[in-house]
Amino acid sequence: MRFTRNSRILSVAAVAVFALSACGGGSGGSTDEAATGGNTDAVIVVDGSEPQNPLIPTSTNEVGGGAVLDLIFAGLVSYDADGKTQNEVAESIETEDAQNYTITLKEGMTFTNGDPVTASSFVDAWNYGAAAKNAQLSSYFFESIEGYAEASAEGSTVTEMSGLKVVDDKTFTVALSQPESDWPQRLGYSAFYPLPADALKDPKKFGENPVGNGPYKFASEGAWKHNEQIELVPNEDYEGPQEPKNGGITFKIYQNDTTAYQDLISDNLDVLKTIPTSDIKNFKNDLGERSIESPYAGNQTIAVPYYLKNWDGEAGKLRRQALSMAINRDEITKVIFNNGREPAKDFTAPVLPGFKEDLPGSENLEYNPEKAKELWAEAEKIEPYDASEPLTIGYNADKGDHKTWVEALVNSVKNTLGIEITGKPYATFKEARTEATEQTLTGAIRSGWQADYPSLYNFLGPIYATGAGSNDSVYSNPEFDKALKEGLAAESVEEGNEAMNKAQETLLEDLPAIPLWYQVAQGGWSNNVDNVEFGWDGVPQYHAITGK
Amino acid sequence: MTWYVSRRFLQLIPVFLGATLLVYFLVFSLPGDATAAICGERGCTPAVVTALREQYNLDEPFWIQYLLYLKGVLTFDLGTNFSGRPIAVIIAEVFPTTAKLAVMALVFEAIFGIVFGLIAGLRKGKLFDSTVLVLSLVVIAVPIFVLGFLMQFLIGVKLGWTNPTVSGDATVSELILPAVVLGLVSFAYVLRLTRTSILENVKADYVRTATAKGLSRKRVVVVHILRNSMIPVVTFLGADLGTLMGGAIVTEGIFNVNGVGLTLYRAVLNGDGPTVVSIVTFLILIFCLANLLVDLLYAWLDPRIRYA
Repeated sequence: MRFTRNSRILSVAAVAVFALSACGGGSGGSTDEAATGGNTDAVIVVDGSEPQNPLIPTSTNEVGGGAVLDLIFAGLVSYDADGKTQNEVAESIETEDAQNYTITLKEGMTFTNGDPVTASSFVDAWNYGAAAKNAQLSSYFFESIEGYAEASAEGSTVTEMSGLKVVDDKTFTVALSQPESDWPQRLGYSAFYPLPADALKDPKKFGENPVGNGPYKFASEGAWKHNEQIELVPNEDYEGPQEPKNGGITFKIYQNDTTAYQDLISDNLDVLKTIPTSDIKNFKNDLGERSIESPYAGNQTIAVPYYLKNWDGEAGKLRRQALSMAINRDEITKVIFNNGREPAKDFTAPVLPGFKEDLPGSENLEYNPEKAKELWAEAEKIEPYDASEPLTIGYNADKGDHKTWVEALVNSVKNTLGIEITGKPYATFKEARTEATEQTLTGAIRSGWQADYPSLYNFLGPIYATGAGSNDSVYSNPEFDKALKEGLAAESVEEGNEAMNKAQETLLEDLPAIPLWYQVAQGGWSNNVDNVEFGWDGVPQYHAITGK
Repeated sequence: MTWYVSRRFLQLIPVFLGATLLVYFLVFSLPGDATAAICGERGCTPAVVTALREQYNLDEPFWIQYLLYLKGVLTFDLGTNFSGRPIAVIIAEVFPTTAKLAVMALVFEAIFGIVFGLIAGLRKGKLFDSTVLVLSLVVIAVPIFVLGFLMQFLIGVKLGWTNPTVSGDATVSELILPAVVLGLVSFAYVLRLTRTSILENVKADYVRTATAKGLSRKRVVVVHILRNSMIPVVTFLGADLGTLMGGAIVTEGIFNVNGVGLTLYRAVLNGDGPTVVSIVTFLILIFCLANLLVDLLYAWLDPRIRYA
């Protein structure tokens, strides 16, 4: 084939150059709208991540979708910035035995499509969430309700839990399968949000354009531009403690924190809730007054499975204590995290109601090289350590920056106990989780826990109770289970917390997992906004943010 | 000619089958259970895991999974990813952005690479030549993410000429910076390739003849030297288009571009087989077509090459 003129390709190139240069200017300063709208009209641009599932409360189990749901829905109760539970849609939640609850709703609440919020809005949504045939990721949140076992069993066709009964439009009753005094506290978690009747007809479609009853609503059909942004505007009809003080929240979706940080320091992003590891050392300098460090209900532990050789029985217990005392938590949090973590003193988190920092046994979480060596030697006498396979500390290398601290921890232990121990990166999160779930781990594994609702039980029951869903260590101690049950059955939350802490004493001695530190949210905001405060869960109080 | 082109198109069929099979198998053999990625840190109940495995055919053996996927492709249904979104929709969302980015990078590296290479080649050993050679060496040696973050920080944050990140609309002006970063390394290669090729041809007999018969310097350079030096450069550029499309993971990450690279990266992490295979297959087809175009360009650049 032959072309007659050879100038064609050059002219195409010339046009392209022109196009490139013509567009070079005029790009900066186009996102300043956030600043111009005055105090309470400003649209706040915050960082978010792509929701992994349709935005249906019971099928959302990660923070990207959770942050959006928490703004567009309101539950029976909600939590204030300090994690105190307050009634939201519920007028009252009454019980005499901590097992049978009567829930009355406030008058005049509506969804943003005009439908009233009724007792069935809750009951139907919960039944949908629990039924096995709907395969909802958060179904286990309903496990306390009577009839959950039947509805959620594999292959079950039961679609309703027997414990839920609608009395009238504004009232329904809930029967639990055992007394649980902290149950009302859980009702602010996203899995318990109500759904309008239309939602369940085509949940997938609903999940693209959800309709809720919360302080915000979708700006329009298709406000969720996948992997780009989610635009929310205030819901004018909302009345409640989370009244929006701004003209809307736009979640800008970032693939990594480092990029988001560049946008923050050039005022293209208004609020960043996680400062990237690479900038932890200088974010306070960069941002000054616009930075925050706020402890929240989350912690980091390493689970040491009982099915590992060396780590079971009496000798295993001593070794666990030795291992824990060989970790210099103060040093690591200071050097690696620039004080952005707090050394752990128990299995929960300090911002939770009922937290105590000096529980008997908490000395096992203090750095004590002498005692660590002693305990190790004692264990050796009972059963010699099988050093054929070194202990590994597993972590996933795809999300979060765990490598640095795992290595620091490994060195701390190595120097104190003189045993062979190494970090073990897993390429992906799912690979690590698969081994943990199938109980085929060959070493310890790091495990982070972030509260779903502000309660001590949330840090203990789902992780350390016999057979619990996230019990990576495969820990089982009847004494602990009993204390936990007593705590749940207590008449008041305060009494319950005391029993929970009693249960923790058992954990502190057994150390099924080794608590490392409590999480601290490190965030910042731009020159365009004011009144940024982080809540008990490490999430900014979005509704309270104002423009400048 | 027509026969040649249609034969090349027919060759795409075995390429398609082989590539999908291989990629599907690779994703299938990745360690870890895909439902673990869906369920997250808290895990799901066994009933939910079973339902998920059924929904995404994860309970079937490899061959059945692959054949089900192929059946879907042949009926124009690529299936859904693990978030329940149709893969075809996802591809339609991210491909235009990445294509725009890749073409801009290609245009940048082609124009600047060839022009600089030409000048350097014609002025061998002069200041311009040596400067460009050293600079291109630096560009090749420094990893792309360093260059990316550096340029983002200088141009986006410090100077404020453009936003440090690309918005959802991914306008041409926003993509200039990422495109330059993406094309930078290839630009250095194109430059060096052009320069070497020019150097070889400058001394060729036909150039001497052309000059001797009284042609203008401009005509000698553009028609005789440049055109004959383009074959290796065009080969490189053709192959580079595919690399730019699929290999923009780092650049897309730095500038937050919602493109093919990052979508692919996320799908691999989640063990999302159908998404990975669909995207990779698309990339392979683009790669094959770009190669075909390159081969056809040969005939235009060098009349001695004929396809029959």
